[in-house]
Amino acid sequence: MNGRLALVFAVALVALAALAFAPFYLGRYQIGLLIGLTGYVTLASAWALFSGPTRYVSLATVAFFGIGAYTVAALNEVLPYPLVLAAAAAIGLAVALVVGLSTLRLAGVYFVIFTFGLAELVRQLVTWYEVNVTGTLGRYIFMSFGPEQIYWQLLALMTITLLISWWIGRNRLGLALKVIGDDEVVATHCGIDIARTKLALFALSAVIITLVGAIQAPRWTYVEPGIVFNPTLSFLTLIMALLGGANRLWGPALGAVPLFLLFEWLSARFPDHYSIILGLLFILIVFVLPGGVAAFAERTFGQRKPDPQTYGAESALSRDTADARR
Amino acid sequence: MTQLLEIRDLRKRFGGLTAVHDISFTIDVGETVGLLGPNGSGKTTVLNMISGLLPASGGAILLNGEKIVGMAAHRIAVRGVARTFQLVRVLPSMSVAENVEAAAAFGPEKLWGAAVRGKALACLDRVGLGGRENEMTAELTYIDQKRLELARALASDPRLLLLDEWLAGLNPTELATGIELISDLKRDGMTVLLVEHVMDAIRALCGRCVVMNAGRKIADGETGNVLSEPEVVRAYLGESHA
Repeated sequence: MNGRLALVFAVALVALAALAFAPFYLGRYQIGLLIGLTGYVTLASAWALFSGPTRYVSLATVAFFGIGAYTVAALNEVLPYPLVLAAAAAIGLAVALVVGLSTLRLAGVYFVIFTFGLAELVRQLVTWYEVNVTGTLGRYIFMSFGPEQIYWQLLALMTITLLISWWIGRNRLGLALKVIGDDEVVATHCGIDIARTKLALFALSAVIITLVGAIQAPRWTYVEPGIVFNPTLSFLTLIMALLGGANRLWGPALGAVPLFLLFEWLSARFPDHYSIILGLLFILIVFVLPGGVAAFAERTFGQRKPDPQTYGAESALSRDTADARR
Repeated sequence: MTQLLEIRDLRKRFGGLTAVHDISFTIDVGETVGLLGPNGSGKTTVLNMISGLLPASGGAILLNGEKIVGMAAHRIAVRGVARTFQLVRVLPSMSVAENVEAAAAFGPEKLWGAAVRGKALACLDRVGLGGRENEMTAELTYIDQKRLELARALASDPRLLLLDEWLAGLNPTELATGIELISDLKRDGMTVLLVEHVMDAIRALCGRCVVMNAGRKIADGETGNVLSEPEVVRAYLGESHA
């Protein structure tokens, strides 16, 4: 391990310790904010795990998040809590594998639309089941632990997610994902099993997202499909990862922290016009910072890597110009 | 000579169009074979079926006696088939070295760490891109992108190298360099199937040629003889020249 890496790890460890002890010094409102922050940092990082390098823009985030939350709502009185979490992860994994196997051959906008539709489909299925089979729409979640425990669980999940992301980035798997993101035909001719690689990452990302939903579920006390399958969550996750930079380890976190705080403030201040502002922000971010804050910072303040990568469009463009030269 | 590739009654249909019509030929180890024919005669389609990019509609492809038709492209790649593309395909967001590492890391050897780097640098050296490993791919000139594509193909230690118009679009100096490069590979014992229109290159490099026209094989034999066959001349230049 070189010196710089050791320093980064040391700083991260100190920051993590500070975050872990934070609930002892903070009030309920601030702990609530921290839960939201760690939740979104984890969601955005998990989203970027798959969508960053492969450029498959997924809007299925809330499908998995909702599955996690609903599993907890359905099983919290039947099973001990750790088993409920395991069940949520298993269901998330199963859905991700089925969805992945059937859709990862779809490219570009078709994948985006499918994932958006998936979230809606899952919501409708759950609603139908609750109305027609169980006869109720809402469910209550009563847990014996408080917000601090929720926060610590999310903090642990966030740490694991970042560690996985770091590990993949330095691994053969990370290279495979980058190649797939650039050109799937080249990837397969290099010997990369693109279907399996994409499926594995999509499933991993989905399981983490499912767990975020499961861990956060007790915060609501009362859960119904309209609450936990709210598509805004998918868009927020996406925009946070894009703002920070989906191809950098710290990118999604860099996007999630300021945007979450901004959204909190906006939704409190302008409850009626909140979604309009959200839409405008989305457009602005895509126009001004297509590669995200992290890539922008690297470009502006000295370049460490020869990698002026922007999100999606630019590389496709450069390939077109290369073709046009013939 | 040992046979490396055998193609038997290979066929490809796109809807009602039969693009490749029961083609058969073989390539021995160490041979450089030219696959010729006018535009649209099905050469690239044959190459795509060998590399696994397109599924065949019928027939067989055997690599070292093993049936590879119907196999996924990545599994064929690991068995030792590497290729370049008619429209050059480099990985635009990656550095020159990373482009080549991609093949070295997932080829038959599955290298990683210093080994994958070393292999990539050696392959870059071989195609004349030594010392340029940190440049961005998108900034390379056309010939250098072609070199890079070749380096990437070499990094997976191919037993069979498929070159799809690798020499097209080069100026005369670049062409000479390109031919020299492929000659070097030949000397090292590489087996090459070359789809090419540049006649100088074909004469210089290919001992044997297979000629296609409208999806069918119309000639197969020693290059000099094949190029003077009336049917080949007719296919390329039209009826009055035959």
